[in-house]
Amino acid sequence: MRLSPPVTQKMAWAACWAAAFFAIAALLTIIIYVFARGVGEIGWAFLSTDPIGGLSGQGGIRSAIVGTIYIVVLTLAMAAPLGIGAGIYLAEYAGDNWFTRIVRWVIETLAGVPSIVFGLFGFALFVIALNLSFCILAGALTLACLVLPTIIRTTEEAIKAVPQGHREGSLALGATKWQTIRHVVLPAAMPGIVTAIILAIGRSVEETACLYVTMGGSANMPITPLDNGRTLSLHLFYLAMNTNAMEKALATGVMLIIIIVIINAITRWLSSRWMIRMQGRV
Amino acid sequence: MRKKMNTIDLDFYYGKNQALKGVNLGINENEITALIGPSGCGKSTFLRCLNRMNDIILQSRVEGRVLLDDVDIYQPGVDVVELRKKVGMVFQQPNPFPKSIYENVAYGPRRLGLHNRGSLDNIVEKSLRDAALWDEIKEDLGKSGLSISGGQQQRLCIARVLAVEPEVILMDEPCSALDPIATLKIEELMQDLKKNYTIVIVTHNMQQAARVSDWTGFFLLGELVEYGKTSELFSIPKDKRTEDYITGRFG
Repeated sequence: MRLSPPVTQKMAWAACWAAAFFAIAALLTIIIYVFARGVGEIGWAFLSTDPIGGLSGQGGIRSAIVGTIYIVVLTLAMAAPLGIGAGIYLAEYAGDNWFTRIVRWVIETLAGVPSIVFGLFGFALFVIALNLSFCILAGALTLACLVLPTIIRTTEEAIKAVPQGHREGSLALGATKWQTIRHVVLPAAMPGIVTAIILAIGRSVEETACLYVTMGGSANMPITPLDNGRTLSLHLFYLAMNTNAMEKALATGVMLIIIIVIINAITRWLSSRWMIRMQGRV
Repeated sequence: MRKKMNTIDLDFYYGKNQALKGVNLGINENEITALIGPSGCGKSTFLRCLNRMNDIILQSRVEGRVLLDDVDIYQPGVDVVELRKKVGMVFQQPNPFPKSIYENVAYGPRRLGLHNRGSLDNIVEKSLRDAALWDEIKEDLGKSGLSISGGQQQRLCIARVLAVEPEVILMDEPCSALDPIATLKIEELMQDLKKNYTIVIVTHNMQQAARVSDWTGFFLLGELVEYGKTSELFSIPKDKRTEDYITGRFG
């Protein structure tokens, strides 16, 4: 027997609603659990003291916050210009031939390589071969390699999504190709590029495996990028694996979630202000 | 009447596919030339040869000559950027940039290195007035160029072209995405503009060609079948194929 269209319509609605409900419920459950168990630990003392390190689980997260800021800033400073530049090149300048097809294929493959593989690569190249030893800079370099493929691909897609009519309109006014890219294509692609950057920030904040084998993991306050250090996510990992301080691990998780929300909000706010300036009021 | 542009034995190829076959056509200064013909006849391809917009199509090839004021625009050493300042273009789909109305019009002058705010203000106002848009949007120069109606967007695109003071304006089916009233406004505007500019318009609307143009060329399968005064071409076509097309027997 065939079901009538109104019945299939109701069934489809119910299925989609249930899928959305369970997905959101699962996320909320995790967040509520982490907050419920972790938020009690958070206070000024927790934020303003360094962890003891080792097996103790005592102390706060100050040096881990500083380590996280170092990692995010250094990683972005290296990966964003390179990744956006390469994305522009692939979308606007590179032709479609066997070489660029291989380059694209390699980038896509790299985007799917597990982070521990990048970590071991970074360990071999930056920590050992380049003699940086375990330090924040080695971690940031490794992390930059990890997020680069994603930034390149997302930038390329965002640029390719800009209507061809914008480019032709600009060229037909006597603008050069670079002027067209700089003043028409990039502003139009900006929301997509901002998304690429937000994804990269999120990845830098959350990443553990590839920093575990490059950054060292010292609980001491890092002064320069050449110091050994840990990020919040790495600190969480050490607490959860090496100590009994589960509440402190979850409190660190709370701080991680809060930091990611704040970074996303700031990035979106900046880009929307910039968009209004560039694109005019709607 | 002086010929502003001339094409001599112009061939165009998309890969192995020949889209234009030996087109010879002269475009009179300060008049409107319409190009008509069925879809795929090569009229848009021809138009885009006049400001070398086809350069950006991969694996395309041009043979023959295109003269602007008796200079071949395809000869080596010609600056394409310079050429496109002289030969502006309005496209089928209104394509304002995702910028404010002001910045859309100021875009061309800015790229040419003009940054003086006062001069830009003057150019923006004059261009919008010349495009018959000023009175409608003078309060909203900061609004996005995408927020106005389709007909206004197309006049904004015309203003954007006028701002770089070209000599020739190419229009590629500029009204095909517009309603009849917006179309009428563009057609009236063209009559004003031809005093100062040479205009070439591609249209699939024969009534439009008959209404607005002084000269009409009929394209079919990449060939220029017939070219003559609009009044004559539509009343006493010399070629049987032209007659069949304008009487609606095909196309």
